[in-house]
Parts: sequence; structure tokens; C-alpha cells
Amino acid sequence: MIFSRLFSGGLDRRVLLLLILLVAAAIAVPVLNLAVPPSSSFHMPPHAVALLGKYLCYAMLALSLDLVWGYCGILSLGHGAFFAIGGYAMGMYLMRQIGSRGVYGHPVLPDFMVFLNWKELPWYWYGFDQFWFVALMVMLAPGLLAFAFGWLAFRSRVTGVYLSIITQAMTYALLLAFFRNDMGFGGNNGLTDFKDILGFSLQAPATRAALFSTSALMLALAVVATARLVSSKYGKLMVAVRDAESRTRFLGWRPENIKLLAFTISAVMAGIAGALYVPQVGIINPSEFAPANSIEVVIWTAVGGRGTIVGPVIGAIAVNWGKSWFTAALPEVWLFALGGLFIAVTLLMPKGIVGVWEQWRSSLKARRRVAPVPPAEPPAVSPSGPAAAPVTGPALAARPQPAE
Amino acid sequence: MILRALCLILLPLLLVAGTARAQDPSLAEIAAKFATAEKFDQTEALVRELGATGDPAVRPLLEALGEGRLQARKSDGAVYIVEGSGKNAKLLDPLTGEEVPDASASGLKKVKVNNGLRRVIRDTLSSLTLGAKNPQARLSAASNMLANPDPAMVEALDAAIAAEEDPAVKQRMQEARAAAVLQSDLPDAEKIAAVEVLGSVGDRNVLSLLAAVEAKSEGDLRRAAERASNNIRSVLAAWDAAQNIWFGISLGSVLLLAAIGLAITFGVMGVINMAHGEMVMLGAYTTFVVQGAVQSIAPNLQDWSLAFALPIAFVVAGAVGIAIERGIIRFLYGRPLETLLATWGVSLVLQQAVRTIFGPTNREVANPSWMSASFEIGQMAITWNRLWIVVFSLAVFALLLFIFNRTSWGLHMRAVTQNRRMAASMGIRTPWVDAFTFGLGSGVAGIAGVALSQIGNVSPNLGQGYIIDSFMVVVFGGVGNLWGTLLGAFSLGIANKFLEPYAGAVLGKIVVLVLIILFIQKRPRGLFALKGRAVEA
Amino acid sequence: MSSNNTILYLDAVSVSFDGFRAINDLSLVLDKGEMRAIIGPNGAGKTTMMDLITGKTRPDKGEIFFDGEHGLTRYDEADIANLGIGRKFQKPTVFESHTVEDNIALSLKGPRNILRTVFDRSSAEESTRIDEILATIRLEERRNELACNLSHGQKQWLEIGMLLAQEPKLLLVDEPVAGMTDAETEETVRLLRDIATRHSVIIVEHDMHFVRELGVKVTCLHEGSVLSEGSIDHVSQDPRVIEVYLGR
Repeated sequence: MIFSRLFSGGLDRRVLLLLILLVAAAIAVPVLNLAVPPSSSFHMPPHAVALLGKYLCYAMLALSLDLVWGYCGILSLGHGAFFAIGGYAMGMYLMRQIGSRGVYGHPVLPDFMVFLNWKELPWYWYGFDQFWFVALMVMLAPGLLAFAFGWLAFRSRVTGVYLSIITQAMTYALLLAFFRNDMGFGGNNGLTDFKDILGFSLQAPATRAALFSTSALMLALAVVATARLVSSKYGKLMVAVRDAESRTRFLGWRPENIKLLAFTISAVMAGIAGALYVPQVGIINPSEFAPANSIEVVIWTAVGGRGTIVGPVIGAIAVNWGKSWFTAALPEVWLFALGGLFIAVTLLMPKGIVGVWEQWRSSLKARRRVAPVPPAEPPAVSPSGPAAAPVTGPALAARPQPAE
Repeated sequence: MILRALCLILLPLLLVAGTARAQDPSLAEIAAKFATAEKFDQTEALVRELGATGDPAVRPLLEALGEGRLQARKSDGAVYIVEGSGKNAKLLDPLTGEEVPDASASGLKKVKVNNGLRRVIRDTLSSLTLGAKNPQARLSAASNMLANPDPAMVEALDAAIAAEEDPAVKQRMQEARAAAVLQSDLPDAEKIAAVEVLGSVGDRNVLSLLAAVEAKSEGDLRRAAERASNNIRSVLAAWDAAQNIWFGISLGSVLLLAAIGLAITFGVMGVINMAHGEMVMLGAYTTFVVQGAVQSIAPNLQDWSLAFALPIAFVVAGAVGIAIERGIIRFLYGRPLETLLATWGVSLVLQQAVRTIFGPTNREVANPSWMSASFEIGQMAITWNRLWIVVFSLAVFALLLFIFNRTSWGLHMRAVTQNRRMAASMGIRTPWVDAFTFGLGSGVAGIAGVALSQIGNVSPNLGQGYIIDSFMVVVFGGVGNLWGTLLGAFSLGIANKFLEPYAGAVLGKIVVLVLIILFIQKRPRGLFALKGRAVEA
Repeated sequence: MSSNNTILYLDAVSVSFDGFRAINDLSLVLDKGEMRAIIGPNGAGKTTMMDLITGKTRPDKGEIFFDGEHGLTRYDEADIANLGIGRKFQKPTVFESHTVEDNIALSLKGPRNILRTVFDRSSAEESTRIDEILATIRLEERRNELACNLSHGQKQWLEIGMLLAQEPKLLLVDEPVAGMTDAETEETVRLLRDIATRHSVIIVEHDMHFVRELGVKVTCLHEGSVLSEGSIDHVSQDPRVIEVYLGR
């Protein structure tokens, strides 16, 4: 009922399904973890809850990237930076919550500052003991960075690979900066040893389950927001800019503003994802800024299917699940698999899992129309169908890339 | 039998040598006194006496004394230099350095030295070298004395200056003398003159020397010292700038090597090759393998292993490049963002492959002898390997420029850069041009790897460190223009090194990155951008 | 400097790229409601002239006045589009992954505030306007199809329809019939004539047959400046035009 009201425009059934799944997970996972006794085979161990929560944060990050890349054609190779900044904002709150329970027992200063012989809190740490302030900064800090960066970049019409490269340079510069001890963010080690959040112990299973549910619900909210956004007139403008920027411009729209809004919203979303991520993994350090991380986000989105709402969520969960499995079972093979995935997805399935699924469905439908009683051999078409797509398929005709 | 015969033959020779030395009895007399010297100051007096003779023949004796190898027997005043130890010990004549065949070692005692004495010995030795035949030796002796001024050496230096004919050596000796004067008790007028002399030397040691004088003295001398040290400071600042420029050029040449292949692939094909850094890495590993092979097959060619590595690295990286182009990139033309992602995947695979084959740890690639060590120009130290890399990068640049501007292949590449469709309709086989251009770009990255293996560690992550910088160079310089890449590389290199002293290495790099980001906003297509309609098509 | 009846006035405009003078001291006057055809050999500066008017390229020298008062060189593309100049590209450029209807809807004249579009709902007024335009360009049947599925000619019309939705005072149309079948060309002529009754139009065209069919005043450009101007008969008999363009 509520959903149908949310989607007065009559949205995708897949998005609806995703929302139902997310809400169900938000309820079911805490129940399976807390209420079901550990002896039961339905019991969900705490590490699985943490892992799933992490995947959901990644899914939100992938969704935020999809908003700019899939819908607006901006390939950001620096989205990990916004995620990390959101994470650092939350990490600063969690550090302040430690209070005098740190190793050095200083009532205000975090351990690493005592260690560095700092006498007082730097000004930019003020206010981070208040949750409302942190909640604001989690969105404001990445949003402002994205706004400033985008304002400069889009106004001077930096597009395509140039933009990708400078976003990469941005996150690289931040990586270097956060490695420095005198930045006041814990240098190499980052922020860790958190104790509690809003007064609840981070070690308590109930808190962890609640964090998971929050992540699931926030992701659901992000999905709703993204779906609303892309189906609005603004969403159509984003796609218009992606497909024919100069046409949009000559119609009197300002593509730079369209992109800037998308980039900023997306950065805010990434920041929220980072803020949810940090209490669940218990640490934030500069390696989150590594350019390689940001590119990995791109592949999650691509694997799932860019330009769709459910694609990035599926992609992020699938790839990260694969990563967890590989790094445990065959650590040497993981980079081969990831590298292969980059190549395979771009060459063979540019529209990702969702695209393959759609193609398979439509070819199935087409066959039904031709032969009312089709022979039961649907899986045979799916590998060859998408394989041919990048060269000849109509799938690409709909998505011209601006010549660079 | 044979041995005795040999002795008979050698005997006259030994006699001749003995008589030759006998012409200078005073040296031997002084040397013999070491046997009776009881206290350090007596030994010191003897050292000074030997030094005063100015005869280079006393060198071995003094050196042995300093190293504690001079032994003497009180009973008969015999003094020997002992070489080796235990049963194999040989007793040498302190003045001729020749073995004394039937000398007895019993009752020999070491002539004792302490630190003070060792310093005196060292100074004496260097003043002795002031009279050496080889001007290079005299120069280094004078330099040594400039670095370690000793008031006692003023006279020796005076004598040496009077006898010196080489102007450069004389100059250095005068400086050394001035430094010694400043340490002495000579009158202020003398010291002021010395300060003037030193004022023209831009040297940190001299600066601290003058600072000491400044602190101790008053009046004219103080003012003179102040003036001179200011003078030196500005000279030093100039040298610092020069050194920074050199470091910048050196970094720039590394950037140029890393970026120029990228400039080709990006400029001609509009393809972002994220695996470019891995081509560099492959080149470096090729060097490692070639060096190992040369070591085991022909160790005497070790110094030439780089020469073998260059073509092999070019072929290896070029072949991998062509394989990537044919296997992946050609399906993605017109989709630059996808190409970027696919080549990133390639880079991950290549990294992991190398890690699997060679292990995750750093591999050491040795420098050939002609690339190790360094030399100095004024206050600037230049290492040979850096210098060679600068030369090499410029040579590669010149070669590529030649290929681009003077060969038909270059003409084809330029045609494709400017108008792919037109080039195709003119009968240029654009797929071939693409494949070989990509091969060329990758091959150049491979030989860059050979050069970079000489200045850093060879590890699977080698390429990662260069990729962002290389892109910055290409983008900054302007796509499709080799000169832009050259200028971009050197200006970024120099900017980086100039910011480093003020901001530190990391912050300097950040500042440069931010500046480039801002620069791209201002001139989205780099320093040397193609203008006009064709570009934006 | 320009009378009330002038919509566009180019005053001695020059621009060069890397030393190459693409436009050289070009002056041009277009009256309100006038349709003008611009011809000229390749490299005569036709497209560059369009770029100058629409703000994509800035002149090195000279000034461009639009609708009496606006000095266009101060504005950028979006501003100029909102002042009332529409431009159709040589290659049909439409939003391929949007439906025909959405293509028109995004082009409709109205405020161009981005933030407002986030919460914007389409109004009934807008949909009647869309219906009108779709009728004009004869694409009513295909309103819910994706633009990428249209034929080449239909894309050209859709683009013209998008310009109409913009309600510009001046339309710049670059080679509208390139690659069209004869029937499509005829249809396009009809469409452009219809448009010219309500707008000022500049058409750049190579196809002399098409220009003759339009039956309007012709300007021939050569090496960045006006070579000849007048009726099609006058221009096509001008010996200089014959030499550089038509003759052989």
C-alpha cells in the first residue's frame, strides 16, 4: 500500500521486489541472529551479520556511482573518496565517544593525538561528539567536496576520460593527505578501537543487528530516492546529458548544473554509505581512498548493470560475495578473477546482469510469440546472446558515447 | 737448492735498493728513533719531523703508524712495518716497503698511537700529499685540509702555495690556508684577508667556519665574516636551486619515460590504457630476467646486460601491448570509458601474474659499473644512473619524434589521429596502425621499465606508482603532442622538486595534483591543445 | 545600428583557429520572419558561423546582435538558446534513449531551473503543446517509441520538432536533408516552409535543388566571408560563385 503510493508513477516491479527484500532482511536478520539460538541451523552468526551489513553499504556506494555513471554518463573513479569522507566523519564521532576509555585515558583527545603529543583538539574536530552534527557532516562534507570539485570541473566542460582521470587524481591526493599524521585523522592507522555508538556498545550483538537493519533500511531509502529521482524530469535530463550533451545545452539547459546536482547527490549518498560502513567494520583508514578501491566500485556497478536501480545492488553484493569467497579459498586467484571480470563485463556484457536478464527474457518472449509452445531450452541462449551484443546488438545503439 | 740460487740472483738487486736508500740517511735515523720514543708527544715530534722533510717516502711509515702496524725493538732500534699476522706476518722496511728477508720478530713492540696522534699523522700525510706529483692528489689533499682546517698547517701550505703551478690547485690551497688561518692565533688583519678568500667559496663547511668566526670576533673581522657568510649563503642558495632543478629534471625524465608511451596510445587512439604502468613493470622484470641470464651464461658481459635488456623489453612489452589491442581494445573503440575499465582489468591480471611467477617481494636489478657512483659539480652531486636516465629519456623522445615526423608510419599515425575516417578512406589500414601504435607505445613503456629498474625496486606494484603521474603529464602537456609531453614531464618534475623543500614530499605532491586539477579546469585540453572544429566533432 | 525589423545582425565578425581564418570580416543581416539559405563550398565557414551565433565559438573580432539589443558574444550556448535561438545539428541529434514524447517534453519552452525539475510534474498545457508539435512533425503514431528506433529522416524531424517546442525566434538548421530520400526531402521542405511562417530561419544546405525549392534569399559564403547574396537565380549566375562553387 505504502509502496504503491510511493510509486505513483508506476515503477519497476524489480525495484519493488528489491525494496521488499531489503525490508524483509532488516527484520529477518536480527531475528535470526538474536532470537534463534546458536544451536539451531537457522541461527545467523554475528560475523555473517557484519558481512552482510558491509555488502549493503557497498551496494549503496555502487548505487550512488550508478546515479552519476549509469544515468548521467560521468565515470567517477573517485567515489571511494566520498565514501571514505563519510566514514571518517562517523569515525571521528566514534573516536570522541571513546572518551577517557582510551589507552592514554585522556578525557577529550583521541589516543593518536596524545601519542603525537598534541595538546588540544584541532578545530575541525569540534562538534563531532554530537550525533546530530555528525549526521549532518556525513552528508555535508562529501557533498561540499563534490560540489566544489564538480563546480570547477563541469563548468569548464571537462568530460569523458579527462574527468575520470582527475577524479582519480582527487582521491589519490586525498589518500596522500590522509596518510599524513599532521592532518589530524590518525595518519596511517586511521581511526579505530571504537567503543560505542549513541551509548550502545559496538560489541553487543543487538547493536550490530541494529546497525545491519539501519543499513538495509537506509539502502531501501536510497533506492526509493534514486528511483524517484531518475523517473522525474530531472532524471530524464540526466539521461539527456549522458546521451547528447550538446543537444541539451542548445535546448537551453545547463548540463554543468545537471551534472553538478547529480554528482553532489551521489556524493552525499556515498558519504552516508561510508558512515554506515565504519561502525560495522570497526575501522576507517586512508586505504579507503586508494584509487583501486574506487575503480572496484565501478566494476560492481557494471557487473550488476549500470543505468538500472537494482543492478548496482546486485553487482555489489555478488562481486563482494565472490571476493570474500575467493580471498578465503583461493587468495592468489582473486585478482585474476577480478581482472577477468573487468574485461569480461566490458567486452561481453556491457549492460551487466540485469541487461543479460532482460535480453534473455525478451528473447524468450519473442520465441513464445513465434512458437506458442517453445521447446524448453532457455539457458542455451543466454551465453551466446549477450556475447554477440557489443559488436552488433541493438543494445548499444541506444547508448551512444560522446566522441572523445 | 733452487731457493738458494734464487737468493743469490736477487742479492745484488737488494743491495742496489739498499744503497739507493742509504743516500738519505736522515730519514732512516728519524725512523729509528721510533724505537726509543716512550711517550706520545715524543712520537708526535718524530711524526712532525718526518713531515717536515717533505719526502713522500715517509708515507708508508706514517700510514702504518696510524693503523698501528709499525713495530719497533728497543734493543737494536729496528723498526718494521708488519703486514699480516701470526705465522704469516711479514716484516717490511718502513721506508722502502720491501720485505726484510731474515728479520727476527722477537722483542718487537707496537709503537703506540692515540687519537690525537692519529690526527697529527693524518694532517701530516695530507701536507705531504701537497707535494705529490699528481695534481689530482694535491687537489684532494688541499680539499681535505679545507674541510679539516688545522692552524699548524699554515706554514706547510705557504710552502706548497709557493711551489704550486697548477692554478686550480693553488686556489684550493689558498682557501685551505685561509681556513687554517681562521683557526689560528694570527692577527685580525690576516684573518680578514682569509675571510675574503673564503667568501668566494660556496661551501657549507666554510659557512660554519665563518659562523664560528663571526660568533667569536668583533669589529672589522666580524663584519667581514658576516659579509662573507651572506655571500656564501646566496651562492649556496643558487646551488640549492640548481640541485633542485637537477632533481626536477631527473624526476621529469622518469615521468617522460613513463608517460611518453601513454602519450602515443592516448594521443593517437584516444585510448586510456590503465595497464600502461604494467608495461613498464614488464620491462623492469625483463631486465631482471635478462640480467640473471647474462650472469649465468656470460658473466663477463654483465656490464652490457642493459643493452641486451632494452630490445628484449621492447619486444616483450610491445607484444603484450599488441595482444591487448587485438584481444580487447579493438572491440571497444569509441567507448573510452569501457576501454579504461577493461585495461584496468588487464593491469590487475598482469600484476597478479608477475606476482605468481616472481613472487610478491622486490627484486634487485644491479647497476652496471658505468651507472653507479656519482660526481660533483660545485655543490651539486649528480649520480651517474640519474644522468644516464635523463640522456636516455631524451634519446627515446628524439627517436619517437623522428618516427612521428619523418617516417611514413608516423605519417599514418598522425593521419589517424586527426581524422580516422578520412585516413581509412585514403587507404591507410587503420586497424594495423592502431595495433602497431599500441605496440609501439607499450614497447616504449617496456624500455622505460629497463631504465626505471636502475633507480628503484622492481616489484609487481611498480607500474601502479607511475600511472597517475603519467596521466597527469599527458593531460597537462596536451594530448596528441609529443612536445607537450616533454614540457609537461619536465615542468611537473621541477615543480614537484621545488615544492618539496617548502611543503615536504607528500604535501608537495598533493599541491601539484591539485594544481593540475585546477589547470585542467582552465585548459581542459592541456598546454598544447589542438584547436578548432575537428576536436569536438 | 539595427532596425526594428532585424532579428540577427553580424557585424564584421572574424575568428581564426591556429592561424587559419575560418571567418573573415563576415557581415550578415537577417530580417524578422525571413528564411535565408546559406550555401558555400566546404570550409567556407558555414558551420563556424552557426557556432558563432549559438555561442559555441567566440569571435576574435566583431559583434553579433540578436533581436535588436542582445550582443550575443557575451552569452554562452544555454543563454543564447533561452534568448530564442534554436539550432539543429548536421547529424541528427536527439535523446536516443528517451521516447519521442519525452524528447519534445524536455525541449518545451519554460524555466530552465534544474532544482525545479526534480519535483516537476507535467501539466495538461504541456501535453496539448506536445500533441500539437507531434502533429506538425507527423510523429503522433510513434510518440511512445524510443528515439533510437526512428529512421534517419524521422530523427531529423524529431529534432526540428524539439526546436519548435523551444519556441525560438530564430532557427538555425544545418543540412536538414542530408541523407534523406526524395519523399522525405519533400516532406522536410513542407515542414520548413510551415515553420518559416512563424519564425526566422537560417538554413545551411549543399543541395542546390533543395535550396531552389525553398525559393528564398540565398547567401553564398566563401573563405569566411560573403561572396554573393540575392535570389537563387542571381547567386547562381554570379561569375564568382560559379568559379568557386557551382562552375565545375
